[in-house]
Amino acid sequence: MTARRSWRERLEFIDRRWLFLILAFAIVLPLVVDLPLPLYVSPMVQDLYDAIEDLPDGSTVLISADYDPSGKPELEPFHLALIHQLAEKKIKMVMYSLWPAATPITEAVLAEAGLTTDYGYRKDVDYVLLGYKEGQQIAMRSIQKSLKGTFPVNRDGTPSNEIPLLQHYDTYTDFAMLINVSAGSPGVKEYVQNVQSITGVPMVAACTAVSGPDYVPYYKAGQLLGLAAGMKGAAEYEKLVGRPGLAMAGMSAQSASHMLLIAFIVFGNVMYFLARRSGGAR
Amino acid sequence: MDALQLWISTALTLCILSFLWKDNPLYKLAEHLFVGISAGYYIALAWQETIRPNLVEEVARGNWIRLGAAILGVLMFTRFVPKISWLSRWPLAFVVGMYAGINVIAFASGDLILQLQSTMVDVVHGGWTAVSNLILVIGLATSLIYFYFSKEQKGALGVVSRIGIFFLMISFGASFGYTVMSRMSLAIGRTRELMVSPATTGILLLAVAVFLFVWGRRQRSTGEGA
Repeated sequence: MTARRSWRERLEFIDRRWLFLILAFAIVLPLVVDLPLPLYVSPMVQDLYDAIEDLPDGSTVLISADYDPSGKPELEPFHLALIHQLAEKKIKMVMYSLWPAATPITEAVLAEAGLTTDYGYRKDVDYVLLGYKEGQQIAMRSIQKSLKGTFPVNRDGTPSNEIPLLQHYDTYTDFAMLINVSAGSPGVKEYVQNVQSITGVPMVAACTAVSGPDYVPYYKAGQLLGLAAGMKGAAEYEKLVGRPGLAMAGMSAQSASHMLLIAFIVFGNVMYFLARRSGGAR
Repeated sequence: MDALQLWISTALTLCILSFLWKDNPLYKLAEHLFVGISAGYYIALAWQETIRPNLVEEVARGNWIRLGAAILGVLMFTRFVPKISWLSRWPLAFVVGMYAGINVIAFASGDLILQLQSTMVDVVHGGWTAVSNLILVIGLATSLIYFYFSKEQKGALGVVSRIGIFFLMISFGASFGYTVMSRMSLAIGRTRELMVSPATTGILLLAVAVFLFVWGRRQRSTGEGA
């Protein structure tokens, strides 16, 4: 007959599936029950918003959307709010991607923002979707030589030389700003290294939270005028744009899950020290 | 069609999440589907977005120099033929040399010089900003000293190096925090998708649970899961 375990031993060897279940509740409950939590805007996101807001109305920006479906929860809300902010300022947009799966996502974002239906943007006149280009850093460098040379045709097959919006825009420095929505490589780091630091083009970026710490030094050094990292960055940006969306809606779940994980970490450490005090630490 | 997509995506999500319970055939099915479809998708993409526009159409226009790149690409496959596998080093040398050249310039201009410049800050004037700047400079210097291995880290060097470890630990903690935030965002994204149609999710969740129960019992009775 086995000896009955003490409560401490039982907690120490708790089945991890219980933790998964508790975490699932921490995520689902705030999504079901409205749990409004305060959301403050960090200086990085405020600077990003201000940098775009300071652009002259009617100017033209270059947007490189570099993410795939796995980055959608963090980046799509930002992407959508970005299109709204730019469209409200009547800023023209030239868009492309260095990630193969990003172009269909961009098309869906443009449709959801109502760029043509609500804002009256005309394809190839007020905005251009150039599609995907293979080559990573090579493609970035190539665009500096010639955007039209790098993308001989747009997404629909129209020759770039015949696109009205591209008549006066062909390199990074022709544009008022470079905006990168990035889930990894090639993305913010490569753009800063290969484009921004060489051409000096004003640049802002949104990235996944996991990449955030890597890119903050670029913001601190002034290489990025603003940065939105992860769902939290997207939620702050949605708040500034005045378009509460999926990121703001997800912040309660994000906060609840973080609180739970902090509790787990504290709990794990307490159990460790209790075990060590009783001579059972491994 | 939307309904069908919803059912498929919900079912596959639940199959993947079933791994949290334990490794099982439903998880394996979803995993294999993902690997197979991804491979097919990227092969089609490589043809559609890379080979056709950059090689086939360019050669058709008379840009024969692209055939050189194609030949280099084909040489990569000589790795499968031991007698001529050495030929695969040529395209590799081309790729390594080109990317090394590009990245050296990019790193020097984007990271090294500008990042060094941004650490040359005023640590005397400016109140709290000066304090923040001072912490930045101390953190940078001590972290760099931690990676100085030409002298044994004892005495004063050891103390400074230990301070560097504290800064590194704080940076690792911040990175871990951001990583957790990223993973939670993914979980929230999938949960939201599952909540689009609670009825669909409920039915499929029940089906997955029944399958796991029956499969688990069978495993136990045959002793396979032991």
